[in-house]
Amino acid sequence: MFSPSDLLFDYTLRTVALGAVALGVVSGSLGCFAVLRRQSLLGDAISHAALPGVALAFLLTGSKAPTVLLLGAALAGWLGTLAVLGITRASRVKQDSALGIVLAVFFGFGLVLLTFIQKRPDASQAGLDRFLFGQAATLLPHDVALIAGVGAAALLVTALGWKEFKLLTFDPAYAATLGLPVRALDVALTSLLVVAIVLGLQTVGVVLMSAMVVAPAAAARQWTDRMATMLLLAALFGALAGLGGAVLSATVPRLPTGPTIVLCLTALVVASLLLAPRRGVLWGALRQRRSHRRLRAGAEEGSA
Amino acid sequence: MIREEFEIIAIAAMVAATCALPGVFLVLRRQALLSDAISHAILLGIVLAFFVTEDLASPLLVLAAAATGVLTVSLVELLERTRRVREDAAIGLVFPALFSAGVILISRYAGSVHLDVDAVLLGELVFAPFNRLEWGGVDLGPRILWLMGAILLLNLLFLALFYKELKLTTFDAGLAAALGFAPGVVHYAFMVLVSVTAVGAFDAVGSVLVVALMIAPPAAAYLLTDRLPRLLALSVALGVLSALSGYALAYRLDASVSGSMATMSGVWFAAALLFAPRRGVLAQLRRRRRQRWEFAQQMLTLHLLNHEATDAAGEENREAHLHEHLRWEAAFAARVVRRAERRGLLRYGEGDRLLLTERGRVQARALVEA
Repeated sequence: MFSPSDLLFDYTLRTVALGAVALGVVSGSLGCFAVLRRQSLLGDAISHAALPGVALAFLLTGSKAPTVLLLGAALAGWLGTLAVLGITRASRVKQDSALGIVLAVFFGFGLVLLTFIQKRPDASQAGLDRFLFGQAATLLPHDVALIAGVGAAALLVTALGWKEFKLLTFDPAYAATLGLPVRALDVALTSLLVVAIVLGLQTVGVVLMSAMVVAPAAAARQWTDRMATMLLLAALFGALAGLGGAVLSATVPRLPTGPTIVLCLTALVVASLLLAPRRGVLWGALRQRRSHRRLRAGAEEGSA
Repeated sequence: MIREEFEIIAIAAMVAATCALPGVFLVLRRQALLSDAISHAILLGIVLAFFVTEDLASPLLVLAAAATGVLTVSLVELLERTRRVREDAAIGLVFPALFSAGVILISRYAGSVHLDVDAVLLGELVFAPFNRLEWGGVDLGPRILWLMGAILLLNLLFLALFYKELKLTTFDAGLAAALGFAPGVVHYAFMVLVSVTAVGAFDAVGSVLVVALMIAPPAAAYLLTDRLPRLLALSVALGVLSALSGYALAYRLDASVSGSMATMSGVWFAAALLFAPRRGVLAQLRRRRRQRWEFAQQMLTLHLLNHEATDAAGEENREAHLHEHLRWEAAFAARVVRRAERRGLLRYGEGDRLLLTERGRVQARALVEA
């Protein structure tokens, strides 16, 4: 059975838990911008688009070092977002179709490359596979260090451009009239999202990474109307879900980490939607019932 | 061996054609990403149905998948209706949760049977011909070919019966509701269709290719025509083309068939994006360039007309003066003048004066009057 001291003394569990928590903090806080800017599904497109980057990085360098593979992933993910932008700008194809095309076509191309690699005599495919579905259990200390280090850098950039990013998120037109470099800020913010997603690929995989970006922010949004608070809450929710997922999957046999983290996040979202102090659906329903009753009482009094 | 290859190609083409039909409406309704959500979420339905029947070929799986598809769409709409979450975030919350539940169920309880996440996500078309339909000892061909054929028929039937309703709710949901067409009912019936199509297709080609085949060919066709019947036909044609060329690519590279098909669907979309006759990027560039020259020429003839009868004509109507008056670079001015001369709109007088020809004057006057 799991006991809290395992987190300190069980080496594997500690590594996995630390990695998941770090990832939750980074993707949770950076996801806030994506959700507020209505780009929730961009994360899904980016994570799928990253796959050919991983494969190409391996094909070109022959190295399986996480830094090299993640660099390839980031480049491809970034290209994917550029493609989405380009398609919507140059044609009448709408954003949803553009996202879907980039997601599926990039992923399909990545698959072609992966199967191509698989058949080369010199390369066993292991190590690339885990980008597909994510294998948190194979996280090593240097993976965790990479997540924490790059994540901290991304958060630092966010803090430095905080005021500008916030303005761009809520009122891009006003930001433009103030003379802010809107295009560059947009690119910077999107690049931060790419970084957050690429960091998570190894842990939770291509399909579920989008949830790591969307869910903490969606939950945090229910508790506050202030952006800074929302960011901190999202980081907290991300960390909690990461920890919960890591611990649960270490305790219960045959419980994969990535999906468990996502289900923990989903539970947090549902609880927030129902119970958050002012925006909670439950309180809203109660309020409505009470005001109905008051109205009816008032009407009866009036008619009496 | 030859027969197997032929069967794989037939299956691929059939899947592509079947996916393209509902895909057209997904693209037009701006719900393209519901295909992504549904094709992932149906994993849960398939797993649950599999636990009940323990048979991967059971028709119950298709029913369960369709039910999960509808569940996905209703959950997304439920979340949206609370107005606490926007549509894009709602989709991004629902399908990973359902997919996760499916993955967990598989790894907890179905470890020993043939049902793994790889196959669901990626598909393996090469194995599809091995699963055959037999009746009274007679081999009728690959089972999936029959299944997709039935789903294609279902799609065609739905289109034939509800074409008007589908068209109206797609292009003007408000009017459809006002006329009593119940857009909600049509919407859910359509989502059942998308789910059934997705579950039939993903068995052969994997859920990501389902997304590619549902969105890329219709989006490419959308750049080529404005008429719905033509859009449907073109989408099917482009889908089949993606399937065939994808198979050729996979054969050449000895790589994943479904991945190659998705790649080729992207290549054809990119081709449409660049080369579409009217809406393509190149056509747009050409049009913009032509308009620039035409506008410059109009400006030039107007300028000459304005000043030709005045005292300042000798001063104003010279090529060198255009820079001052129209803010044109010298090189640009020279090119515009040369083009106008070639078209017989003006000629050179004494010195370097520019004189309108009769034709140029008529054109400029027409512009003034217009």
